[in-house]
Amino acid sequence: MTAASAAKLRPHPALAAFVAFLVVAPFALSEFYVTLMNYIGLATLVVLGLVLLTGVTGLMSFGQQAFVGISAYTTGVVTTLYGGSPWLGLAAGLGLTALVALGLGLITVRLSGHYLPLCTIAWGISAYFVFGNLDVLGRYNGLGSIPALSLFGWTVDTGRKSYALIWVATLAALLAARNLLDSRSGRALRALRFRATMAESFGIDAAQLKLVIFLYAALLASLSGWLYAHFLRFVSPGAFTVNVGIEYLFMAVVGGASQVWGAVIGASLLTMLKEWLKDILPRFFEQSGNYEAIVFGLLMLALLHRARDGLMPVFARLGRGDPRRASPPVAAPGLSRRPRPAAGKLLLELRGVNKSFGGLAAVRELSFEMRGGEILGLIGPNGAGKSTVFNLVTGVLPADGGQIRFRGERIDALPARRIARLGIARTFQHVNLVGAMSVLENVAIGAHLRGAQGTVAAMLRLERDEERRLLHEAARQVERVGLAAHLGDSSASLALGQQRLVEISRALAADPVLMLLDEPAAGLRYQEKQALAGLLRRLRAEGVSILLVEHDMEFVMGLVDRLVVMDFGEKIAEGLPGEIRSDPVVIEAYLGGIE
Amino acid sequence: MSAALEVEGLSVAYGKVEALHRASLRVPEGSIVTVIGPNGAGKTTLLGAIMGLLASRGTLRYAGAALEGLPTEDRVARGMCLVPERRELFAGMSVEDNLLLGAFHRRGAGARALAADMTEVYGRFPRLAERTRQLAATLSGGERQMLALGRALMAKPRLLLLDEPSLGLAPRVVREIFRIIADLKRTGVSMLLVEQNARAALQVADYGYVLEIGDIVMEGPAAGLAGHPRVIETYLGLSAKTSQPD
Amino acid sequence: MNEDIFLWLIQDGVTNGAIYALLALALLLVFAVTRVIFVPQGEFITFSALSLALLEAGRTPGTLYILVIGGLAAAAMEAFVALRERAWRRLPRIAALYVLLPVAVAVLVAWAAPRKFDQWIQVLLVLAMVVPLGPILYRIAYQPLANASVLVLFIVSMAVHYVLTGLSLVFFGSEGLRSRPFWDAKFRLGVLEVSAQSICVVVASLVLILILWFLFEHSIYGKALRATAMNRVGARLVGIPTVLTGHLSFLLAALIGAVSGILIAPITTLYYDTGFLFGLKGFVGAILGGMGSYPLAALGSIAVGLLESFSSFWASAFKEVIVFTLIIPMLAWLSLRSRHVEEDEE
Repeated sequence: MTAASAAKLRPHPALAAFVAFLVVAPFALSEFYVTLMNYIGLATLVVLGLVLLTGVTGLMSFGQQAFVGISAYTTGVVTTLYGGSPWLGLAAGLGLTALVALGLGLITVRLSGHYLPLCTIAWGISAYFVFGNLDVLGRYNGLGSIPALSLFGWTVDTGRKSYALIWVATLAALLAARNLLDSRSGRALRALRFRATMAESFGIDAAQLKLVIFLYAALLASLSGWLYAHFLRFVSPGAFTVNVGIEYLFMAVVGGASQVWGAVIGASLLTMLKEWLKDILPRFFEQSGNYEAIVFGLLMLALLHRARDGLMPVFARLGRGDPRRASPPVAAPGLSRRPRPAAGKLLLELRGVNKSFGGLAAVRELSFEMRGGEILGLIGPNGAGKSTVFNLVTGVLPADGGQIRFRGERIDALPARRIARLGIARTFQHVNLVGAMSVLENVAIGAHLRGAQGTVAAMLRLERDEERRLLHEAARQVERVGLAAHLGDSSASLALGQQRLVEISRALAADPVLMLLDEPAAGLRYQEKQALAGLLRRLRAEGVSILLVEHDMEFVMGLVDRLVVMDFGEKIAEGLPGEIRSDPVVIEAYLGGIE
Repeated sequence: MSAALEVEGLSVAYGKVEALHRASLRVPEGSIVTVIGPNGAGKTTLLGAIMGLLASRGTLRYAGAALEGLPTEDRVARGMCLVPERRELFAGMSVEDNLLLGAFHRRGAGARALAADMTEVYGRFPRLAERTRQLAATLSGGERQMLALGRALMAKPRLLLLDEPSLGLAPRVVREIFRIIADLKRTGVSMLLVEQNARAALQVADYGYVLEIGDIVMEGPAAGLAGHPRVIETYLGLSAKTSQPD
Repeated sequence: MNEDIFLWLIQDGVTNGAIYALLALALLLVFAVTRVIFVPQGEFITFSALSLALLEAGRTPGTLYILVIGGLAAAAMEAFVALRERAWRRLPRIAALYVLLPVAVAVLVAWAAPRKFDQWIQVLLVLAMVVPLGPILYRIAYQPLANASVLVLFIVSMAVHYVLTGLSLVFFGSEGLRSRPFWDAKFRLGVLEVSAQSICVVVASLVLILILWFLFEHSIYGKALRATAMNRVGARLVGIPTVLTGHLSFLLAALIGAVSGILIAPITTLYYDTGFLFGLKGFVGAILGGMGSYPLAALGSIAVGLLESFSSFWASAFKEVIVFTLIIPMLAWLSLRSRHVEEDEE
């Protein structure tokens, strides 16, 4: 084992201290504080789901309390009305939650930003009124005398015993979530919030992944509800009001919604603060009132105005900083590679392709062909429609008419992630990297389709072998573009030219048959351009075909086999570089002039 | 000659990446100055920073007065106006309403004055006069650019910033737009012109700067720049090579 | 169900629907101009309805404390910025707008409250107390975050909702209140007995909608609001200040909320937290209308009102469940329409 991976196994000091505290707490704290800790654990489970859902994936929910309630009531009904075992209650609760969440998720995860939170508020309200109006659930009085859990004859009937159960579950969920974020699926998740188009272009099924996370967050809430019902032995609608759902989200924001351990911090701080405020505020005011709500609201406003990322970054700075490793990954066996098409074989074919935006034609009746092992330059003045062609070929935009074929198969109706599977990888004109992720992780997104392990395997760390191979491949591609020294740097800290190189190495990590490069040389200095041209020539020799949009004529003319020239969405010329240079139509389009 | 705009050591960063690095330039009163350079060189960033749309470091002086801390609307009220690359028209509103809103900061000028200004804009762009009730979204590319220019003129700017006015336009329309730019100069408007179409820009401008990867690498009178071998090679594109096929 | 009840339910539904339509209009306007999902819109209803009921009873409504406290907070924030930028000249204006005006309104209301003036005067007093709350709220909570993402602004809205509901409980207590009807007549229209108050609600809503439409089409400020909603960068480039449009849209939202509260006060008993559900039903209406078009949002809101009145007849306990579950299929339809890869979040 290398030093790097040994370091990874050494537990983080803050984590070790936290676990030590959890072990000592039930023996050192009074009954009151043990109960408070139980509430913190229960809230942490729900907030952890929100961290993954809201902080990482960008789906905001104010309705998690509904899932807590569904599960709490289900186990309540199963155990009191039908005399079933609490474990049957757990299975029923998780099952029912999964069913409801699946139904809601299928509808809502595709919605843009603000629809989902509105929708969650709506179902939160509905759930509350359903709980409060069904006879079988005891209406507003709730369900009492829910039995305690028992585990191999050990009855969990005191606060301290519940503590053990709740915190074991919470800790397991925290570790699983941390493992998930540090995996192939985790990278995909972190990418799709801000870079959905890019993620889809590398084969990530955003809708499916969002649904999985939605489901996971709901199941965490469900687990919390089951523990809650058997810890308190009583459920009533008052525990599942919209305000409870809002407070869960506040907890996630306080902790810093994009960090797993932020869930613990947010849940702890707000639960304790609420307890303390309930205790202290009535002493100052004669009237009764919901004063802690006012304080909560004002605190949230202050936090959002002053420290939008929550308090977790503050805690992290106190500790050791970002624990994510920066050392290069260990060597691992290579990934399998796609067979390359024979040189000269028809690869990509556009026939009569059209695309317009709001009545303005961006691409008109465009037809051209590309063959295996060829570098084809696509040039033309700004606004000629070159980037639109890229978006049409990669499925980011649907074509209005015409056909696009790749190795004989029609791809003009396929979504971007299906086209990626065929071996087409691209770079973006406007650099499309995940700024907060390291160069290595960004490039590993490119290799997404070369791995297969899913979220569950990631949570249980069963995918380490594949993960090593993916990271090793990513590191190899980073080296190839000459950025080995920047492997662990955040991509946002690189210069623009270097970011373009990261884009290229990410496309390379996908093991493409066809690469589409959108202005790869923009922002590069002379030496870097030479190096890039060399790399592209080597790739061509390996059988990779390249479609290139570029404005630097010197770079283009010395590199490409053939050129297609566009102006106003139409092809105005096609041929060898020498022919294009002396084509009067091209010269007129390019130079225009005003005389 | 006094300067309409003085930019000194202007830097703009997106996150940790600097898109513009200590750029300095000067637009003398009543002249046209052009900034040319490849895509991604920071030209649009420069204009955004001058208008206060982007946070920047360095000094900006307009007609001798510092601009630091002034929001965009105050810069507009002082007579600066940007015609952006993406035009940024009000797509769901009529041509006339777009023009009227161009004069938002002069809303106190009175209906008669605004109507007179609108007649003047229509005189300059007869195509718009035929389409006063039409929604901006239904205009062609060239008409949109004319509307964007017309909207800017309604603000009665003393300094006009133009971002790629020829972008995506047919050569005939490009010629028309540049004719109008030359015309405006005669009315005393100072202009900072950012262009990909380096040849056209250098033909109309008095002075030019070359921006590359966030740095100003060359400057000089426009005629001189147009003849400079490096500019010919890089920004006038194929012209140098066409004469000497390899 | 006989015809009488059927028609009565329709009347009831249309009356409530008209209120939801007003709210939907305000929510769409605020969202389009400022990207704020203005959940606390409903709190304006609570404030104005309860204030009106208290004024009628000759009591001083706590709204005036909220106004003065809010004004002082906004003044403090403005003054802080002005002092930091050494812009002394701004201070008198800040004092006039955020301190003198709220205090003057508060003194006036405190003086007028025990005197039980005519109902129309009380309505004006309520408007004077509630409408300034809109811009004050914008200044305190939203203006510092004008460039934040929609989701951050959403959380801000929830925080504001928390503060306002908390204040509402402190100043109005937990008792339910209802005000006197403006017009206590009933008309017979065939078999249907129409209450004059319902007519008031529908007519007032229509008039308010027409006034707003006229402002949007024909005043330069209305056009500036529409322009900002269409293209924020374009609006800044023609010199429309973001702060101005933010204040304007919140002013209109508060006006609409206050008028809704005044209209609804005589026909529904309101509690300190009732407004929240009202505001959300405005959202349901706007979503049913596709969350983009004002006329469709109005139609959607009438549909919400009708659905609510019919479900309260058949399954009154599940009235809210039915109304709020309704948006789920609608959202499904909206999501099917947005098939392709969505825009990347800023």
